[in-house]
Amino acid sequence: MRRVYFDHSATTGVLPEVFDAMMPFFLDKFGNSSSIHSFGREAKTALEDSRKHVANLLNADPTEIIFTSGGTESDNLAVKGVAMYKGKMKGHIITTKVEHHAILESCEFLKRFGFEVTHIPVSSEGLVDPAEIERAIRNDTVLISVMMANNEIGTIQPIREIGRIAQSKSIPFHTDAVQAIGKLPIDVKADNIDLLSLSAHKFHGPKGVGALYVRKGTKVEPILQGGGQERGLRSSTVNVAGAVGLGKAAEMAKRDLEPTAEKMKRLRDKMLRAVPELIPKSYVNGHKTKRLVNNAHFRFDFIEGEGLILQLDFKGIAASTGSACSTGSLEPSHVLLALGLTYQQAHGSLRITLGRENTEEEVDYLLEVLPGVVSKLREISPFSESRPMGPGEGGTCVQ
Amino acid sequence: MYSDKVMAHFANPHNVGEIPDADGIGKVGNPQCGDVMWLYIKVKNNILTDIKFKTFGCGAAIATSSMITDLAKGKTIEEAKKISRQDVADSLDGLPPTKMHCSNLAADALREAIKDYEAKLAEKARA
Repeated sequence: MRRVYFDHSATTGVLPEVFDAMMPFFLDKFGNSSSIHSFGREAKTALEDSRKHVANLLNADPTEIIFTSGGTESDNLAVKGVAMYKGKMKGHIITTKVEHHAILESCEFLKRFGFEVTHIPVSSEGLVDPAEIERAIRNDTVLISVMMANNEIGTIQPIREIGRIAQSKSIPFHTDAVQAIGKLPIDVKADNIDLLSLSAHKFHGPKGVGALYVRKGTKVEPILQGGGQERGLRSSTVNVAGAVGLGKAAEMAKRDLEPTAEKMKRLRDKMLRAVPELIPKSYVNGHKTKRLVNNAHFRFDFIEGEGLILQLDFKGIAASTGSACSTGSLEPSHVLLALGLTYQQAHGSLRITLGRENTEEEVDYLLEVLPGVVSKLREISPFSESRPMGPGEGGTCVQ
Repeated sequence: MYSDKVMAHFANPHNVGEIPDADGIGKVGNPQCGDVMWLYIKVKNNILTDIKFKTFGCGAAIATSSMITDLAKGKTIEEAKKISRQDVADSLDGLPPTKMHCSNLAADALREAIKDYEAKLAEKARA
């Protein structure tokens, strides 16, 4: 059976060039980058080369790049590190209702110690209004954190404007750019970004490695204490092979951005146009134009997302859903609810995320298969166009 | 995540549909979790002669719906009432813990349908 991978926002495969670059650092170049002997120096040289590639991707200085274990750690370090600098235990943080759980949960953690958090709502297309951010600023605001692009619906936020507002008030501005790398050009200087999180495995690097960009002069308290690696901000023996992989992936992401983004955008637009035409009562979630080039997110009335994913999997297509049932949580996606969707609508969603290797023929295959899959699930559903699910309808609520 | 039996029932669910002249209908759901199940029963001489379902829900919700129809068909009302959530899960070689709580609605739907049938029966007796 053919297999088609349309879940690139979940993870991507390591490119052969990335794998080849990493290999020696598992085998004969295994030195600890903190050691002063030749093995250590060899590893250190590779590490600093990789740092340059990551910095180059963001228009940053290499000294502003801190290697981490991935996006979650970078987000935690940014939020907790800035908020709790020098042992501070109070202050105000501004974020949004559609952030990744790594941000939301870090904020929840800080609330336990006395910090206050404002969650800015979004429009029905998932956009944050910078004016709302500005209005939420208080005298004790210590951080603004707004993701560059949403991991579920792909909506791209007005980062430059938010950065300008943060800068005008001298408040550190962090953005989670995990989903944006390789799909959007990023310039931390032009966008007034003070901290930026990224993760290698989202753009064809290895899992378990990421980075946090920290603008010179930004005050951050480390959350890992130990040997003082990474300028004291992230103690732990550096994952040299991983960092080398991240560096290579960053180099390729920058080099290939234009052609791959153009190709993905064409395929994405084909899906965004075709699905609502092919399938009655289907809709696009997120912004029509301000969205990641690789993200197509749909919802289908009368069916639930997990069934959709399983049925597509039977056809060899890997995709994902915002439905809680697919993640083991009982709640539907907080992102979809923040758009103003009902629980039922949020449960009937499908996320297709393209990668650089996807072809038009694969997209055509999805478009050929999807109507039948939706139709099959609608036959099983008690709800239909002539009998829609009313608010709270469904029967006796079982808890 | 799911057993082969769950996947088999999800891929080809048994007894999907509605019974227009059903003797009892059970409607249960947890809209927050995203599973809603409607179960229709036909009863003759105290035996469940036909049973059908319509479900809006995840793989586990559809599989448990399908399984309950297999377990209940041909049973007496008393026997059908005794079918538990655990019986349904065991017949499917188990369910993930979160699905046990949220998506395993089938036994509840069956009980609701029987309750509906008995209420109608009592109403008829009073008429």
